Amino acid sequence: MSWPRHLVDAAGWSGAIEALAAGRRTLAGLWGEPGLVHMATHADGEGAILSTPCPNGAYRSVSAWHAPAIRLERALFDLHGLRPDGALDKRPWLDHGRWTLRHPLGEALAATGPVPYPFLASEGENLHQIPVGPVHAGVIEPGHFRFTAAGETVVRLEERLGYVHRGLEGRLAGADLDRAAKLAGRASGDSTVAYAIAFARSAEDALGIEAPARAQWLRALMAELERLANHLGDIGAICNDAAFSLMHAHCGALREQVLRAAESAFGHRLMMDRVIPGGVAADITPEGARGIQALLRHIRDRLPRLVELYDDTASLQDRTVGTGRVSPELAARFGAGGFVGRASGRSFDARKAFPYAPYDVLNFGIRAREDGDVNARVWIRIEEVRESLGLVEQILDRLPSPPVHLGPPAGTGEGNALVESFRGDLFVWLRLAGGRVERAYLRDASWFQWPLLEAAIENNIVADFPLCNKSFNCSYAGVDL
Amino acid sequence: MRKEVVLAHNASWLFRVAPYLIFAGTWVAAALVPTFATGLMFSWSADLIAIIALLGTARFFLALAGMDIGTSFGGIGASREVMIATLAEPALLMIVFSLALLAGSTQLSTIAGYMLSSNVGLRVTLALSLFSLIMVAIAENARIPVDNPATHLELTMVHEAMVLEYSARHLAVIELASFLKLLLYVSLIACVFAPWGLAPVGAGAAAHLLGIATYAGKLAVAGVLLALFETAIAKMRVFRAPAFLGAAFMMGILGVLLLFVSRGGLR
Repeated sequence: MSWPRHLVDAAGWSGAIEALAAGRRTLAGLWGEPGLVHMATHADGEGAILSTPCPNGAYRSVSAWHAPAIRLERALFDLHGLRPDGALDKRPWLDHGRWTLRHPLGEALAATGPVPYPFLASEGENLHQIPVGPVHAGVIEPGHFRFTAAGETVVRLEERLGYVHRGLEGRLAGADLDRAAKLAGRASGDSTVAYAIAFARSAEDALGIEAPARAQWLRALMAELERLANHLGDIGAICNDAAFSLMHAHCGALREQVLRAAESAFGHRLMMDRVIPGGVAADITPEGARGIQALLRHIRDRLPRLVELYDDTASLQDRTVGTGRVSPELAARFGAGGFVGRASGRSFDARKAFPYAPYDVLNFGIRAREDGDVNARVWIRIEEVRESLGLVEQILDRLPSPPVHLGPPAGTGEGNALVESFRGDLFVWLRLAGGRVERAYLRDASWFQWPLLEAAIENNIVADFPLCNKSFNCSYAGVDL
Repeated sequence: MRKEVVLAHNASWLFRVAPYLIFAGTWVAAALVPTFATGLMFSWSADLIAIIALLGTARFFLALAGMDIGTSFGGIGASREVMIATLAEPALLMIVFSLALLAGSTQLSTIAGYMLSSNVGLRVTLALSLFSLIMVAIAENARIPVDNPATHLELTMVHEAMVLEYSARHLAVIELASFLKLLLYVSLIACVFAPWGLAPVGAGAAAHLLGIATYAGKLAVAGVLLALFETAIAKMRVFRAPAFLGAAFMMGILGVLLLFVSRGGLR
């Protein structure tokens, strides 16, 4: 179940890079510790973690051969000060020069203050730059987007993130399990359940225990409710970015009903801190279970009409079809998860590829499309809403009997988990020592989706960017850590 | 009025003056449209072409003000606004042309009077002009599907992008001017294509009261129709606007041509 970790020398590390570059394996994470760099990769339902020592604080760059690792390496350098040898992009990523320390998780140095950030150059006639953000006109997360445009056509988009860095990995180190679970649940608020499950599962993996069956089923129930709420919200929000507010209003109402059902069943609208190592914090309330049944009937009644509205509104289809296309090759290369990957032909889902309880006994399908545009990403969400409705129903029907929590022992060990959040696969690795977290690494699905947004917008018009961006709906907080 | 104006350091005098120029131009233009009675105080001082010219002037200053600070959004907004304007104005002039040919005047009070008289009849030209005018009105007032006045997405804005840098009373005056412009277009459509209830020149108080009541009714109907239309349609791509306004222009031209055909040339 757990992915084995091997200590490899330079040759083994190079072999792994070669496998990534050749497309034989998919990158799942790259993180560091003082003097050590870890890399998680997987292929065909089998995952492995490789660790390589860093003599003189340097290791062989993965990104020089495999572009998806670029930002991971830059973040790793900012946090630990470990240099990727041969990397082409050596600019900082998380560290904007405003931290009080440099390399806070490695051999910390005094801060040098902000330095100008060179954006990638674009040359040509009549090109102009449009800086957008990090402060936006709407209330959204902060991120900077640097467009180079020829008139209205986007020639290049470059993202700059890191504005909501909270030092999460630093805070996790040394925290006890309760506190660490809370911190992990706050990595990205909209997928707090998925983060909490991933953290709890890796902690249980490290301690060699398993949560009670009922707890695992309740976790899945919460995860599917979270997926429902987010997907419904996204479908409406994408339409709203094409100024079609009718869908937005209806989907917003449905999302609100999901959140209310979650509140009555689990006592929190976003179900924050309900999943803890060893099980879940509280059992589902009886009226909450009835409320979710009613919710299922309500959504099943409303959804077909909303889908019809989406599909029959020509002015809306005109905006979404063909906009922001991601090629299947790129999606496969970056190992993009979730709706971004599945809209571009990569039918990877952690619930199927690395089945964890109770998904191994539940009946659900994964659909992929090849078109890769905004419309495809909307449709994948619609399909997933349907599947989630079925999953919630199955879970409620077959919920095992209590208990829902077993106190975890104060043990020592390493563990990891790959969990499907609504955005895609979420990877967590941690090492516990005496009941405390020694080192924990959280890799959001958005790490491998943000770069594809830059590719998707190329040759589209500037005014279509918000639509593309919303159809990706990547997490800022989740990658800024 | 107590809210403090936040100005960019490099704002020129034009940036500060533009809101008042825009408002003044729009206000004067709006005053020229017969709302509840023909022959109102300003109604005889200028004609439909002057209204278009005044609105064009207001837009000119708005576009200049948008570029004044030098932010990229202002430039994007100004370039999109001017693109839309260059397409909307010819269509509008075609409508004016066909109306003037029909009524024999570009004076709005005269046109309204002519429309009320019995010798109008049902004309294809009028229908084409009405549709054309509605499309132009939607584009000129930055409504869905050409622009979205309620959006917070800077990159999709047209009108809002130009006024992003404005605040406090400057913004209030600009917003007021844009509302006034919407009112102007609704009044224009109402007075030309639904002139019922307009109090004629020299009518008594009762006729004026009736005029005000029907005018309020017309505004309410227009408001409801606009809301219904805007919820039923998504915003189009920026580059669809030329096709949209091109259709308006074609309908305007077709109206004029049909007029010639039906009359066998100008008498």
